[in-house]
Amino acid sequence: MAHVEVKGAKYEVDEDGFLVDPDEWNMDIASYFADVEGIAMTEAHWEVVNFLRDYFKQFNIAPMIKILVKEIGKKMGPEKGNTKYLYQLYPGGPAKQACKIAGLPKPTGCV
Amino acid sequence: MAKLPKPEELGKIDYTPPSTGWMDTPVEFKPGYFCNAAKEKNLAGLHMPNARTWSVKDEDWKLPDNWKEIIMEGLRERLEKYRSLRIFMDICVRCGACADKCHFFIGTGDPKNMPVLRAELLRSVYRKEYTTAGKILGKFAGAREMTIDVLKEWWYYFFQCTECRRCSVFCPYGIDQAEITIVGRELLNLLGLNIDWIMGPANACYHKGNHLGIEPHTFKSSIEFFLDDIKTITGIDIEPSFNRKGAEILFVTPSGDVFADPGTYTAMGYLMLFHELGLDYTWSTYASEGGNFGFFTNNELAKKLNAKIYAEAKRLGVKWILGGECGHMWRVLSQYMDTWNGPADFLEVPKSPITGTVFENARSMKMVHITEFTADLMKHNKLKLDPSRNDDVRLTWHDSCNTARGMGLLEEPRYIAKQVCNNFFEMPENTIREKTFCCGSGSGLNASENMDMRLKGGLPRANAVKYVHEKHGVNTVGNVCAIDRATLTTAIDYWSPGVRVSGLHELVANALVMKGEKTRRTNLRFEPLPGVEQVDDDQPEEE
Ligand code: SF4
Ligand code: SF4
Repeated sequence: MAHVEVKGAKYEVDEDGFLVDPDEWNMDIASYFADVEGIAMTEAHWEVVNFLRDYFKQFNIAPMIKILVKEIGKKMGPEKGNTKYLYQLYPGGPAKQACKIAGLPKPTGCV
Repeated sequence: MAKLPKPEELGKIDYTPPSTGWMDTPVEFKPGYFCNAAKEKNLAGLHMPNARTWSVKDEDWKLPDNWKEIIMEGLRERLEKYRSLRIFMDICVRCGACADKCHFFIGTGDPKNMPVLRAELLRSVYRKEYTTAGKILGKFAGAREMTIDVLKEWWYYFFQCTECRRCSVFCPYGIDQAEITIVGRELLNLLGLNIDWIMGPANACYHKGNHLGIEPHTFKSSIEFFLDDIKTITGIDIEPSFNRKGAEILFVTPSGDVFADPGTYTAMGYLMLFHELGLDYTWSTYASEGGNFGFFTNNELAKKLNAKIYAEAKRLGVKWILGGECGHMWRVLSQYMDTWNGPADFLEVPKSPITGTVFENARSMKMVHITEFTADLMKHNKLKLDPSRNDDVRLTWHDSCNTARGMGLLEEPRYIAKQVCNNFFEMPENTIREKTFCCGSGSGLNASENMDMRLKGGLPRANAVKYVHEKHGVNTVGNVCAIDRATLTTAIDYWSPGVRVSGLHELVANALVMKGEKTRRTNLRFEPLPGVEQVDDDQPEEE
């Protein structure tokens, strides 16, 4: 299993570079993942990451994109509640990039 | 994941075989063509042998010292247990009829993806051990020793077969390569050599009830999310029940329908149809998975994961079970469930409460496929339909391997599709029905790290889609499989952009005229219906 080192702390990551233990997540590793993905984090980016983490805490799984879209729309205004906006923030796909930065595991199965 | 090549590049296929004979051509593990190794926690969670951390890319796969003994003993057991396997090992005459029928061979040109040669990978070892000619003549009789390189070759090619069975349709002896792959994977699993995209979902299913690991409260919240959208679109309040004892019918569908687009629209379709019928049914958060990734591992695990369906039906005291749109789920149900975990004699022979039709075909299994149920409703004129709401849909039908070849469900989906959609076009004859082409990602191969392989395997199907897209302006591929809904979307976006994938009950629900509904302005995806000029917002309105 691969490890990454950020500010002296070691984190285990899987073959796709996702954090293995979501409980190890903190701002350091999040910023590290953002760098790897080439994302300059703004408040809007953090808004998405925070929602993902809250959702994960409650439901133990990464949300469907459309739940994310709806919730971001509620929080940030209807003009932002669409997939296009999320892709502007995370061009590599919100599911992949934002979940990785938020330290969530990738969902598997018929998806 | 490596960057994906452009279609023009990936579409270049070299059919020249290597200059060396197949036994002398070593397997090359090409990035993009194989899946990640099963993780230790998922192997351990299912009590699989040899749970450890390993990587396909490493030279050392961390096998037990006696790995060869384990494999040979496993093969011996299976030859005794499955008469079909012994026959398939003995009777191939190498006529070559199957050679160019596999989507992976068509997409890659790799001779070891010819079904006959895929089988030969195992057969050669069988010959060496079990036939006199093989023992004496060795290579001249097509026989070879079991070595670590042979094992790796098995792994590579048994996880490059989607167990779709297309090859068997063309074999004059009916040799079913899927069954050979199934046995091959069983043997590999004796050494803990699975892929994580199978082991992860199977482990989640074992512990949490479904492949995605959706917990009961999440399952419920997901359905509630759909109900909210349905209310926005139709104005109708729906209150389904969960884990309700005494319901007449238990409904089981793949978890992808509850948690992955575009399957979710199909889930909305079920909810709307059942509400309109006033069906006395319940969802279950325990039997919350129709699919069975255990089936891609070994028979025992498949049986174990399947057990909860009858168990839940018994616990809730329902009369019979209705199953949603899934492919391999139905191969397991219609071919194995009854003998593995039945007889379910605590259930009644399924009878539609709406039409009174008794589903004789399900007399023993006690589970009915939703297209049989819905086709029967339509045949009896029980639904009010307005197919013009789907007039922007130009539909073609993708037969999913398992429902089509595995259970002969060919007419029902088409009958339904034509009732709810005015524009229907078939793909070429040799790519549909029994001869349908696989999505290229079935049998648990729908991961992302093997994307090049998935797209190559999806090429024949996507190519037929492209044909009807160009000829008839087809813009939608209908199907009844959760894996298809996820994987065809990817393959078709890549090879034939402009065509999208839809479950059947999404289209049914769009056409279904419900009692007390408001004038519908959008379809289930919140796109304006044909004739509706514009919708104020492409997203659901806020309450
Ligand atoms: S079962 Fe399907 S994937 Fe496997 S060899 Fe036959 S045609 Fe190819
Ligand atoms: S079609 Fe059947 S008999 Fe002919 S080569 Fe293929 S598996 Fe063997």
